[in-house]
Amino acid sequence: MTPVANSRLPQLLEGRESHILDQWIKAQLAGPLSRRGMIPDSEVRDQSREFLGLLRHAVGKGSLDSMEGAAWQGVRDGLADISRSRSTQGFSASETATFVFSLKQPVFNALRDEYGADAAGLVDEIWKTNALLDKLGLYTTEVFQKSREEIILRQQEEMLELSTPVVKLWDGILALPMIGTLDSARTQVVMESLLQRIMETGAEVAIIDITGVPTVDTLVAQHLIKTITAARLMGADCIISGIRPQIAATIVHLGVDLSAVITKATLADAFAVALTRVGLVVRPGSARS
Amino acid sequence: MERIPILKMGELLLVSIQVDMHDQLALTLQDDLTTRIADTGAHGVLIDISTVEVVDSFIGRMIANIAAMAGVLDARTVLVGMQPAVAITLVELGLTLPGVRTALNVERGMALLQAEVRALAPDRRPGEGDGDAGR
Amino acid sequence: MATLGDETLEIRSSADIVMVRQAIRSRASELGFSLVDQTKLVTGASELARNTVEHGGGGRVRVEMLKDGNRTGLRMTFEDEGPGIPDTALALTDGYSTGTGLGLGLSGTRRLMNEFRIHSEAGKGTRIQVARWR
Repeated sequence: MTPVANSRLPQLLEGRESHILDQWIKAQLAGPLSRRGMIPDSEVRDQSREFLGLLRHAVGKGSLDSMEGAAWQGVRDGLADISRSRSTQGFSASETATFVFSLKQPVFNALRDEYGADAAGLVDEIWKTNALLDKLGLYTTEVFQKSREEIILRQQEEMLELSTPVVKLWDGILALPMIGTLDSARTQVVMESLLQRIMETGAEVAIIDITGVPTVDTLVAQHLIKTITAARLMGADCIISGIRPQIAATIVHLGVDLSAVITKATLADAFAVALTRVGLVVRPGSARS
Repeated sequence: MERIPILKMGELLLVSIQVDMHDQLALTLQDDLTTRIADTGAHGVLIDISTVEVVDSFIGRMIANIAAMAGVLDARTVLVGMQPAVAITLVELGLTLPGVRTALNVERGMALLQAEVRALAPDRRPGEGDGDAGR
Repeated sequence: MATLGDETLEIRSSADIVMVRQAIRSRASELGFSLVDQTKLVTGASELARNTVEHGGGGRVRVEMLKDGNRTGLRMTFEDEGPGIPDTALALTDGYSTGTGLGLGLSGTRRLMNEFRIHSEAGKGTRIQVARWR
């Protein structure tokens, strides 16, 4: 473990902090991130100032060899925050790591001034500082990767939720309004969700509305037919509504056989059929005054 | 020998499959049901698979056979309670059981059968039977 | 790829088909497969086990629980020393039947799995390997 006393980094960061900070901010603003204008200059300044403060504190209290200790918690948390926010903003892992790596030059400059003619001391110090900043840069990358994975997972869940809304129109009648492009995976999830709801609610009719679906390919058409067949095996009937002329043409062109399936142009028409199927009739009520 | 019990409820026969059937048990059920339909003159058969977790092509064929043979003996068959996972798997297997009527549960299945039996013979009064578990 | 479990079950009679179903249900549940995927695995196993008994004269299934990076899988290899399938391509088409009913069920079973490999020659037995991943 490198005794803190042997390194002049703590004093350096203490005494020359504002100078190092200025140079560092300049380097970042001149770099690719700023050129893209994706982060406001003020944010770069604030993040850098905060990080340098945390670094000074950690270097002053803890060991230079390992980042694991309690003294480095502040630095780790700070880096993790910046890494996560850069990741959300759409930067790459290396672009994010540049935040740390661009600190090297200003620090090395300050070290050179500090050590003057003491070449051996300078080389030693530069080596230690370099190793430290490398570790910090790599840590940034690790956090970055993790947060990307978390984003993807969360988006997947949200997508699944959005794409499987099964609504109850009336006792025994469910509707599944499908929106957006259907792909094989999504259609399967939707199919399972609909069948599950049919069982849970004891629905006799399920209306699958595809008004919001721009195109249907063979795979999706097959999935729809499988869903309808499975629902039938469970004892429920399905009606497809909202087939637009283009989709009707595609279906015929693909040779998909929908003769066994009830199809209606609108959800309203389908609902009317469903009501009849469950033995219900809609009558005008008494007038309200 | 192990058998699946068949309940008589008026004009209907009710079978509730609650075990993971091995092939022989399934074949025995097929035979037993056919015999029972002929013996009792039942006009409806209700097969409850609401607790069945796996239906493979053998069981699927058994169900289709029962429906076909019952039909020949002038009885209607309704299959009730298929679980979603089973339905999805059967469709993927390519087994669609055409010609087998289905309903969500025993209650609906019985209502369906009784309506059909009534339609076939208006002067006969179904469901008025003893409802006991005769064998 | 790591192996979390590896066992071989003998399939000699139709009673063994039930045993295979239950074993696969157990393993699939342990691996955390969804209910639908479990059902597909068990149903597929039932089909292939029955084939092994009825067309292969008996055989065995090797059940492997695998881990490959982020995904876990269940792999089943059904093997017999029976008469074999002369034309596997034909056997894999829908509706193929040897006259005893709905056919070998191979094409249907294939649709239940993520992976399906068959190796068989007339007089040289049959090996069918299937797997599902999560």
